[in-house]
Amino acid sequence: MPKILSADDSTSIRQMVEFTLKGAGYEVAQAVDGAEALEMAKNGAYDLVLSDVNMPKMDGIALTKELRSLEAYAHIPILLLTTESQADMKKKGKEAGATGWIVKPFNPVQLISTIKGILN
Amino acid sequence: MEVDLSQFFQSFFEESLEGLDIMEDELLKLEGNDVDNETINTIFRAAHSIKGGAGTFGFRTIADFTHVMETLLDQVREGAMELTEEMVDAFLRSVDCIRNMISFEQEMSSQGISPEHESYNNKFASDPGVIALKNELSALLKGENTGTGGNESKGEVSEASADVSSTSEAPDETEDDSKEPAWKVTFKPDADILKTGNDPIRMFRALSEMTSCTVKLLPSEDPDFQDYDVKQCLLSWELLVGSGVDEVDIRGVFDWVIDECDLDITKIEPKAAPSGKATSAPVGDAVPADQSVPAQSAQNVPKVSAPVEKKANAKAARGGGPEGSIRVGIDKIDSLVNLVGELVITQSMLSEIGRDFDEQKLEQLKKGLSQLEHNTRDLQESVMRIRMLPIRSTFTRFKRMVRDISSQLGKQVNLEILGESTELDKTVLERIGDPLVHLVRNSMDHGLETPDERVAAGKSQEGLLRLNAYHKSGNIIIEISDDGRGIGVDKLKKKAIDRGLIAADAAITDQEVHELIFHPGFSTAEKVTDLSGRGVGMDVVRRNIIELNGSIEVESEQGVGTRFIIRLPLTLAILDGQLVRLGKSMYIVPLVNIIESIPIKNTQLSRVVGGHDVVNIRNEYIPVIRLHRLFNVEAEKSLLEDGLMVIVESDGRVVGLMVDELLSQQQVVIKSMETNYHKVEGVAGATILGDGKVSLILEISDLVRIAGMKNYFENGKVKSDKEEAA
Repeated sequence: MPKILSADDSTSIRQMVEFTLKGAGYEVAQAVDGAEALEMAKNGAYDLVLSDVNMPKMDGIALTKELRSLEAYAHIPILLLTTESQADMKKKGKEAGATGWIVKPFNPVQLISTIKGILN
Repeated sequence: MEVDLSQFFQSFFEESLEGLDIMEDELLKLEGNDVDNETINTIFRAAHSIKGGAGTFGFRTIADFTHVMETLLDQVREGAMELTEEMVDAFLRSVDCIRNMISFEQEMSSQGISPEHESYNNKFASDPGVIALKNELSALLKGENTGTGGNESKGEVSEASADVSSTSEAPDETEDDSKEPAWKVTFKPDADILKTGNDPIRMFRALSEMTSCTVKLLPSEDPDFQDYDVKQCLLSWELLVGSGVDEVDIRGVFDWVIDECDLDITKIEPKAAPSGKATSAPVGDAVPADQSVPAQSAQNVPKVSAPVEKKANAKAARGGGPEGSIRVGIDKIDSLVNLVGELVITQSMLSEIGRDFDEQKLEQLKKGLSQLEHNTRDLQESVMRIRMLPIRSTFTRFKRMVRDISSQLGKQVNLEILGESTELDKTVLERIGDPLVHLVRNSMDHGLETPDERVAAGKSQEGLLRLNAYHKSGNIIIEISDDGRGIGVDKLKKKAIDRGLIAADAAITDQEVHELIFHPGFSTAEKVTDLSGRGVGMDVVRRNIIELNGSIEVESEQGVGTRFIIRLPLTLAILDGQLVRLGKSMYIVPLVNIIESIPIKNTQLSRVVGGHDVVNIRNEYIPVIRLHRLFNVEAEKSLLEDGLMVIVESDGRVVGLMVDELLSQQQVVIKSMETNYHKVEGVAGATILGDGKVSLILEISDLVRIAGMKNYFENGKVKSDKEEAA
């Protein structure tokens, strides 16, 4: 079963992501900010990282950069969640090494189809 | 796959309200200070999270509104715009506005109406105040941004506000193409369908894997209870199936049961599609998915639903309904788990002792029992701690209030907050808010002087208002103090005499005069402001606090300041009580009500109009309530002079309760009468004593009323025998 590491500072979004991904048969681990996600990534093995951009402590862009510098995560798909008001974020995300992004607001169907598309 | 998003709403509401509190707090920090990047960042992040969540969960109006706010904040954060006072002010009002919107959504969702529901109508989408505020934010964004680089969000915002005022004929609230239902399917399986191994849910799941699918249960006629057969399926459904499938596909799903059901598939004619619909590929090039947002909130405009509005307004004040969840720190849960573990060990030890019990094991048994007592107490404390929350959130909201009121009154106030991490029971915390608001307003309105007055009195221009919370001997104390003018004893006394509350020549102490402010209908404000002075106030404050089994006192010194001291129990579930005996029955008198207990002497007794007995204690006449008559039980001592009197106070009224004997003082767990029986006047609840007997907890305020004491008190002070005779 593919394991997904998800980072978001919003409880409700975390719950939604977890419920949706577990429903689709994935294993999910949750972090409340980038720093925690990085720590978890170092201590575990994940097949995909899904991260919010705006988070306290460490944002999604910095997390992506950090992860890419780790050998184990050099080629793991990293998806960022952005809103359309952060057009420049996409550029920054791409430069940091993100695989792609999911535009907020997103719905569970979009989330699953995107992740399925990447993991298959 | 269709996920019911409403299951996450509660979390969204809670975290958004928290986010708003943080925003408010941080915004207040900005005032008068240099703009600190981290503060702006925190505010931005909170707005961003609310917007993201609102968009994801379908709360379009909130998402729209927050979007404008977020864009403006982003400009400030990026340094493209300078933060102005108007902005902070607009942001603060926006916080209020979003808070109201969230309360509204909470109300809707508590009625089971999610944004996708057909009867959902967001009144805020067309609220003139909201539109005006949104336009104000847009204006701030535009007005001050000319010249500073290109920014695409500018156009977007004005478009959003323009769209809100327009109307659309398509009253439909869908969020993207895949959700636009293309087919309506009614499915009514035969009652025996389950017996053939078919499960409707599986079919719906299959459908939702093909496209979007909203399942709605249709109302069904239920048989009488005795005719219920659990093996029968008496339900029918309506499904709204998205585009991308044709009739054959849908029929295919129901193929197996096509002969065992009524199946109706109709095509929904597409409505005039709003322009600029996003058909976004989620990964890759991002097409803004909520480009269609403005149009949709506009679609909600024409529908008006009045009934929910009123309710929502009432609740909008904040705090939501009585339901809701509580956030508990992991450490508290861990300590519970730990304690339960210890309890289990003690239990197994005790049952081991009990297996072949002989006298030699008596010591061990005693030890085990004392261990059990220890465990129980620890466990009780830990469970109670779960309900305890820091008073911080309640105190923090006064920052805003004090800011607003001081500018309104033209006073300078420095709010000092102490002990904000002191923990209170959640229910107490929720219900102490209003009394505190009143006291703070009172201090600002009556207590603190204007800067000129202060200077004239030799004080600093800025008045001090202090909120403090701390623990003291098993109680929580909350103090509200100011360094204002203090209570004008002479003025207050004059008023009391004018109103006939005290005799003109009454010799009463200053402290007693201070107490008068808690008298119903008493207000000394010369000019009624919209803050206080309407005469509804301190008596209500006191009543609210007494309802929480607490008490309030006031200390004041003219020219120096006033301090209100609120004493609250740690929890509402446990009460410190005095066990009293009346014949064979035991009752519990809440300790907080008791002033003293004394034996009655013949010489102290007298009788007044209406047949009330009074007892003279230190020249004060206290009416006596014969509990045994009231409760119709047989007492050992029916003569007053033989009895013992427990002097209790409620609502500022002092009465004596006649009892046979005082027993121990103990903590009792309150069991609600309403839940287990029904409300009984004079009884606050019941408890189970150590020996397993049920004992009633007396409600003193009720007793005073039942005993007909109320009128008696309102007619003024008790007359002495001489006056009576005259």
